[in-house]
This record gives sequence, structure tokens and C-alpha cells, in this order.
Amino acid sequence: MSEMPTSSDLIKVSHLSKSYQKAQGLFRHKTIQALSDISFTLKAGETLAVVGETGSGKSTLAKLLVGIEQPDSGEIALAGKVVNCRDFHKTNHQIRYIFQDAARSLNPNQKISDILHDVLRYSTVLSEEQREQKIADTLKLLGLLNEHGNYYPHMFSGGQLQRVALARALILDPKILILDEALTALDPSLRAQIVNLLLELQQNTGLAYLLVTNQLRLVRHIADQTLVLHQGLSLDYGPTNEVFANPQHDYSRKLINSLQY
Amino acid sequence: MQLLDIRNLTLELETPDGLVRAVDRVNLSLREGEIRGLVGESGSGKSLIAKAIMGVLHQRWKISADRFHWCGQDLLRLSYDEQRRIISRDIAMIYQEPSRSMDPTSPIGEQLAEAIPDHQLEGVSWWQRGYARNKRAIALLHKVGIRDHASVLHSYPYQLSEGVCQKIMIAMAIAKSPKLLIADEPTTALESTTQANLFRLLASFNQLKGTSILLISHELETVARNTDTLSVLYCGQLVEAGDTATLLKHPLHPYTHALIKSVPEFQPELGFKQQLYALHGSIPTLQHLPIGCRLGPRCPNARKECVKTPVLERLQNHYYSCHFPMLEHANE
Repeated sequence: MSEMPTSSDLIKVSHLSKSYQKAQGLFRHKTIQALSDISFTLKAGETLAVVGETGSGKSTLAKLLVGIEQPDSGEIALAGKVVNCRDFHKTNHQIRYIFQDAARSLNPNQKISDILHDVLRYSTVLSEEQREQKIADTLKLLGLLNEHGNYYPHMFSGGQLQRVALARALILDPKILILDEALTALDPSLRAQIVNLLLELQQNTGLAYLLVTNQLRLVRHIADQTLVLHQGLSLDYGPTNEVFANPQHDYSRKLINSLQY
Repeated sequence: MQLLDIRNLTLELETPDGLVRAVDRVNLSLREGEIRGLVGESGSGKSLIAKAIMGVLHQRWKISADRFHWCGQDLLRLSYDEQRRIISRDIAMIYQEPSRSMDPTSPIGEQLAEAIPDHQLEGVSWWQRGYARNKRAIALLHKVGIRDHASVLHSYPYQLSEGVCQKIMIAMAIAKSPKLLIADEPTTALESTTQANLFRLLASFNQLKGTSILLISHELETVARNTDTLSVLYCGQLVEAGDTATLLKHPLHPYTHALIKSVPEFQPELGFKQQLYALHGSIPTLQHLPIGCRLGPRCPNARKECVKTPVLERLQNHYYSCHFPMLEHANE
């Protein structure tokens, strides 16, 4: 590594690139550059918002960070250690991912407590009793009742489901939470509830968020830093208020101006 | 002129658990050239009302209303064919998720040509009809801002992006120059830059042709920017209606108040990362609706009287249904 990250840098991404091969006809391939040369750092207790249109590489970036995909070049350093995609067992309890649609990302055949048990069984060495305790604590943290453990996903309302999805992510005490459009589909009053919950968690536990979203208004309220992606390139990166007040590229200016409609 | 005038619209559905009243005595009126917003959370009956206006609700729904006037004619008292004739002539709707509401098996060109009503091609000899229809379809695409008509006309819906599909939906809707355009959640699938374009497009139709627009959405901030008047629904009940500006400035109903306060944009003094105002609890399901005012269990100033359904009261041009409106705000 060329430079040592400071201790407060929770995650440091440098020169990350990723391309996909798409078959064209029988023999030819077309290379799609999903991400090229992305660098950023995220400190504990901070929020980084990644904004951009569809196809700009937002979701690819999120996938690379959790290790669903392997980068072509560049590296991801978590608390000073370079992450290798292959030993995801070491990192998967530190970076957690929340999907867009909570209702569709939970197994409808499993009770909530079984879903949470599975997560713990897979990633920790806790005994049955300790797991029960941990589940009870996590449900309480998210404002759910202990009885909710015996419910199936379809018995919850939208906001509660998002809480369950959060519980599944937070039960391993992660350091970073990736929210891939997780707040988009929620109704305004539920969204306010979840945003409050996220802010509270961040204050109490120093959790860092990577917010992949289209909602610039929300970004302005909760993100410390903003990264504007366009066709895999990082256009603007900096503190949110600076990016919003003074965007450097035409595309980001257009994006931010569109807020006025 | 009053285009649409609906009094006490009630939509009920027979379920195994009994009769569910999804929309409870909602009033809605629209003048010519007006842009009205219809705001509410999911399950509040916004789309149901739109579908009731279009007359495309499933037969199982029981529709009843004291008055369901379209240009002075009561639609509910007309025969089915008569109803269809009037609605298809005057009202058009942009459905949710455009790419899913188009026919996946036929190219855009065919679908668009089909949407052009026959009376616009009167006077064209029959052997030129196909050509005229095609020309008209191209003109429509240009109107909604698609320049590359040739490739779009031969594409299937899945080959096009959501934004383009949305534009094609609008082109289909304006093909017959409707008097009323209903846009049901037109922005949910779109990015913010395309959203801005869409609203500019809708506003231009409103100004150039005097088309009235009913804009349905759950995002208060976008609706507030683009409408003249606003109706707020909660769980199938109309909680407040009035001019957008006054309503945002002096909400009388606690729900509207909470909705406005939960949007960081309307709260300039709200600090960075500060907690947003949120009502506790969540929206009740249709099977377990509270009696009386449906906001009751979640309302911060609910009292004993709230078990009775409040009647819609009027304060100048501002309608609200609450026993304890937030009048002190209005007087300030």
C-alpha cells in the first residue's frame, strides 16, 4: 500500500475498477466498464451518499464493497487491512447490505427468529442461548417486540419489514451498513421513522452508512459526503454541502438543479 | 367550468372478513385547466379513486357516490356503454410503472397507433389511413420529446428505459387530446433529472392545451411544486383539501402537519442530521381499520370525540375533516 490510512478511516477504497463482459453473437464480447478508478474514504459515524442515474455503477460499487463481486483492479481497505473477496468470512460481519425491497429480500417460509438465528449461526460462534439473547437485544434496539420473532415476514407492515431487514443487518454489530435504495420505496411517514432510527443508531454506535440513492433531498439531510457517479466515473466527491453548492461537472450540476422541480 | 365533481365517493369490497371500505366518502373536484395533487401513503386509496374515475375498477368493487359528475353528467347513472364512450373520449390515464402497463408482445409503433382515435383521421381516404396514423404517431413522439422516433417505434417495451416508456405512455394518453389527464405515481421509477423533464412536459400540456391534470403521488415535495390545489388522503379518508400554497403554510389537519414536517425540505431551520418529525405507529391494514377518524390511534392530539368520523368542514377554500384542527397555526 502506498499510504497508510489514518486510524479513523473505516473504509478506504482506492482506484477501484470493474468491467463486465457481455456476449455479442457467438464469439465476440463487448466490455462494459461499470466502474473506473473510484476512490473514497469513509470514517466511522459518517454517511457517504452515492448518487447517479441507473447504469452509473452505484449498485456495482455496493456489490464490490460487500464482496458479491470481485474488482478488476484497485483495492478496498477495511480499517487498514486490504479486503480480499475470497475470505469474505472475515469481513461479512463488518459490512452489511440492505436491499431495496425488504419484503422480497426476506424468506417468506422462515420466521423472523429463524432468519436471525441463521445469520448468527453462520457468522458467529455463539451458543443457542447467547443467540436468543442477541436476537432479543437487537429486536428491542429496533423497536420491535420479542413476540415479533415468531412472526412470518408477510405479517409485518412495510415499515416494520424494513426494521426486520435492519435487524438482520445490525445483529452482527457491523461497522458499515450499505443501504441500496432501501429508503426509496417507503412512504413518507415511515421513511421519516426509519431515517430517525438510522440517525439515532449512528449517533449511539458510530455506524457508518453508504447510502446508494436517487433522493437528493434526503442526501442533503443525512449525508456527510457525496459521491456523484456517472457512467462509472466519479464526477464530484466531497462534503455534501460543497457538492450541492458548487458542483464541478455539468452532469452533477444538472442532477442537482433538477431538485428544483 | 367544473370538470369533475365527486361527492362522497365510497368504494367497498366484499371480503371473507366482511365488507371493507377502502375509500370512505371522499370529495374531489377539478376545474378546467387545474392541476390537482392527490397525496397519500400506500393503501390510502389514491389509485382506487383514479381507477374509479376511469371506470376500470374490478366488478367486485361497489362504487357509490352522492354525485359523480363529469361535465355536469352523472357518470354512475349512465349505461355502461355510454360511460365508456364519455370516459374514453375525455379522460386519459398514465398508469404506474409504464413498462409493465404496456403490451410486451407488440412494438411501440403498433401500440401508439392503436391509441390514436379514429375521429382524428376522418377525411383521410381509407388507403391513406395507415400512413396518416403512422405520421401522427411520430408527431406524438416528437411532442413528448423523443427525437429518435424510428428506433423507438420498432422497439418492444423491454428494450427501452423506464423514462422513455413513461414518455410513450404520455404520448398515448395525449393522443386523443383529453380534457383530464390522470398521472398515477408518474415519478416513482424515474431518476431526478427525468422527473424534472416529465413535470415540465405535463406543465406545458396544461398551459398550451388547458388539460386538467390529476397528479397522484406519495411524495409531498414533488406534488407541492407542481400543483395548484392539493387533496390529502389518509387510509381512504379525505383529511384535507385546498390551495397548495395555503395548505402547506397552514395545515389544519394533524396528518398534513406531520406529513409536511417529515420532509426535510420544508423545514429550513432543521439542522443537519437532526431527527425528523414522524408519527408513531404505521398505517393500519384495511381489515383492521379504526372506527371514526382513521388517524385516531396515531394522532398526537386525539381525544374521545375522535371515535366519531369527523365531517368535512370548510374554512374559506380550505376543507378539512378533523374535530380538533390546528387553528392556532392558521391564525398566526
